[in-house]
Amino acid sequence: MNPMNRMILKTLTATALLAPLASFAAALEGQAEKQPLNLTAILMFVAFVALTLGITYWASRRTQSRADFYTAGGGITGFQNGLAIAGDYMSAASFLGISALVFGSGFDGLIYSIGFLVGWPVIMFLIAERLRNLGKFTFADVASYRLDQTSIRILAAAGTLTTVAFYLIAQMVGAGQLIKLLFGLDYNIAVVLVGVLMIVYVTFGGMLATTWVQIIKAMLLLGGASFMAFMVMRHVGFSVEALFEQAIAVHKDGQAIMAPGKLVKDPVSAISLGLALMFGTAGLPHILMRFFTVKNAAEARKSVFYATGFIGYFYILTFIIGFGAIVLVGTDTFYLDDKGLRGGTNMAAIHLAHAVGGDVFLGFISAVAFATILAVVAGLTLSGATAVSHDLYAHVLRKGKVNDKDEIRVSKFATIGLGILAIVLGVVFEKQNVAFMVGLAFAIAASANFPILLLSIVWRGLTTRGALLGGGLGLVSAVTLTVLGPAVWVKVLGHATPIFPYDAPALFSMTLAFLGCWFGSVTDRSARAKIESARYIEQLVRAETGYGATGASNH
Amino acid sequence: MTTKQHSGDGSTASTEVHVAPEILRILESPAFTELRARRGRYSAILTTLMLLIYYGFILAIAFAPQWLAIRIDGVITLGIPLGLGVILSAIVLTGIYVRRANGEFDALTVKAVRSAQG
Repeated sequence: MNPMNRMILKTLTATALLAPLASFAAALEGQAEKQPLNLTAILMFVAFVALTLGITYWASRRTQSRADFYTAGGGITGFQNGLAIAGDYMSAASFLGISALVFGSGFDGLIYSIGFLVGWPVIMFLIAERLRNLGKFTFADVASYRLDQTSIRILAAAGTLTTVAFYLIAQMVGAGQLIKLLFGLDYNIAVVLVGVLMIVYVTFGGMLATTWVQIIKAMLLLGGASFMAFMVMRHVGFSVEALFEQAIAVHKDGQAIMAPGKLVKDPVSAISLGLALMFGTAGLPHILMRFFTVKNAAEARKSVFYATGFIGYFYILTFIIGFGAIVLVGTDTFYLDDKGLRGGTNMAAIHLAHAVGGDVFLGFISAVAFATILAVVAGLTLSGATAVSHDLYAHVLRKGKVNDKDEIRVSKFATIGLGILAIVLGVVFEKQNVAFMVGLAFAIAASANFPILLLSIVWRGLTTRGALLGGGLGLVSAVTLTVLGPAVWVKVLGHATPIFPYDAPALFSMTLAFLGCWFGSVTDRSARAKIESARYIEQLVRAETGYGATGASNH
Repeated sequence: MTTKQHSGDGSTASTEVHVAPEILRILESPAFTELRARRGRYSAILTTLMLLIYYGFILAIAFAPQWLAIRIDGVITLGIPLGLGVILSAIVLTGIYVRRANGEFDALTVKAVRSAQG
C-alpha cells in the first residue's frame, strides 16, 4: 500500500471513529460535494416515483375511513407488515453509515448494527401483541386506555412529535446531502422533492400507500444489498477467510479491524447507548403504529419475526459490503481523491456498487437510496400526523366526539403541515451538524414513550399522575442531557468541555422516567387513581386475550 | 367492538368500577390463569436471555476487547462469530417465541375467551 492511500485510510478511519456513538446519521454529516448529474440514477428514480405514485392513486381509492387512513384498515398480513417494518426501519443512513463504519474500522460497524437489531426481540416479548390487542391507531390509545385521556394523550403526542421531529430533521438533511451527492441535484431542490413526494404519498394514500412504498423499498434495498454482497463473495471465491485476509492486507489498521476499536469509549456510554437502541426501538411511534395495520395479535407477532429476520440479514449484508469496500474500493484510485473517498466517507457502499455492477447498478443503488429516504420519512410523517389528528384533535380537543371525515381532514392538513415544516427544517439545518438527532430520537423514545407504554400495560399501580411525572421527566431529561453532552454542547455549540460527559443519556433519563412513574403512582391517593387501578382487570383480559380488540375493518 | 368506551375522565365517576361479567368469567377461567403463567414465564425467560446475550457482548467489548481479538481460525477472531451470533440469536429467539405463541398460547387464548359465554 502506498503512503498516499495509507494516509487516506487514516483520515477515513479517524472520521469514522469521531462519529458520535449514538448517531448513525454520523456518516451523513458535513457538506457533501455536488456530483455531476447522474442520468441513469435519475431515470431509475423516476421509474420508482412513477410506480409509487400509481400505488398511491390505487390506495387513495381504497382509503375512506379513519381506519383505512391510519392503519390500511388492518388488512396487512404479517409477512407484508414485516417487510414494511424493515422498510420503515432500514434507513439510507444505516445502509451507507454502517457500511462506511465497517469500511473505516471493520468490527466496530458490527457493534453498531447489533444495537439496532436487539430492540426487536424486546418488542416481541413485551409489547407487540398487547399493543395490538389494546390499541387502535396510536400507542397513546394504549397508554391512555385506563388513564386520563386528555393529559396522557397530550404527553404521548409530545413524545411522538419530538421523536418524529428529530428523526425527520436527520433524515431530511441526510436526504439533501445524499441526493446532491448521488444525483447532482441542488440541496434545496432535493429537500423540497423529498418533502413534496412524502406529502403526496401520505395525504392521498394514507397508510396503505405508505406501507407499499415501504415494502417496495425494502425489497429493492434487500435485493440490491444481496447482489453486492454476492459479488463481493464471488470476488473472494466465496471464502469468508479470504475476504478478511484480503481486507486485513490492504487496510491500514491491519488485523485490528477484526476486533473492537475505539467506538466503545467507556462502559457507561456503551450501556447507555445499548439501552437507548434496545428500548428506543420499542418506543418509536412510527414503528409502534405499524402493529395496528395487521388483523390480530398472531399477525403482529409474525410481523416482528419477519422484520427481525430481514433487518438482521440486512446488517449481515452491510458487514460484507463494508469489508468488500475495503478490498475493492479502498485500493482503487478511481474511487479516491486527495481527501479520501470521492464524495465523502459515506460513499463506500455507493462506490462498491459501481465496482461490482458498473454504471447501471450504481444508478440502481442511488435510486434505492433515495427511495429508502422517502419510505422512512413517509412513515414518520404519518405517525406524527396521526398524533395530531387522533390524539390531540379528536380526543383532547373534541373529547372523542368527532366523525371520520373531520378527523381525516385534520390528519391530511397535519401531514401537509409536517411536510412543510420538514422541508423548512431541512433547509435551515443544511449546514448544521445533525448527527446527534437520531440518537436523541431514540433516547426520547426510550425515556418518554417506552416507560409509560410498558408500565401502563404491565403494572396495575400506574396512575395518570405517575405516568405524567415519569414520562415528563424522561422527555425533559433526555433532551437536556443531550444538549449538555458532547454531541451538542461541544460539537454544535462550540464550548470547550461538555457539562454532561456522555453522548447517550438513556441510562440516566430512563432511570428517571421509571422512578418518576413509580413515585408519582405510589404517592397518588386520589379517587381517580383507585378507579384507574380497578380498571386494570378489564385491560388485562383484553391485553392478554384480545377479547374486545379492534379487528380488521370491513369494507 | 364489544368493549364500552371509557369516559376517561375519572373525576365524574364514582370509585365503583363496573367490570362486565364476561370479563370476570375470562379472568377466573383456568385457561386464562394457565395462559398468563406460561406466557409470562416464557417471555420473561426469552427477554432475560436476549438482555444477557446483548449486554454480555457489550460488556466484553468494554472490559475485554483483547479477548474478542483472539484469533480462532486464521485471521478470524472470536468477536466475529460472537457478533454474528448475537444477530442470529435475536432472529432465533423471536422465531421460537412466535412458534409457541401462535400455536400453544393462542389455543389457550381461544379456550379462555370461550369461557366468556359462561
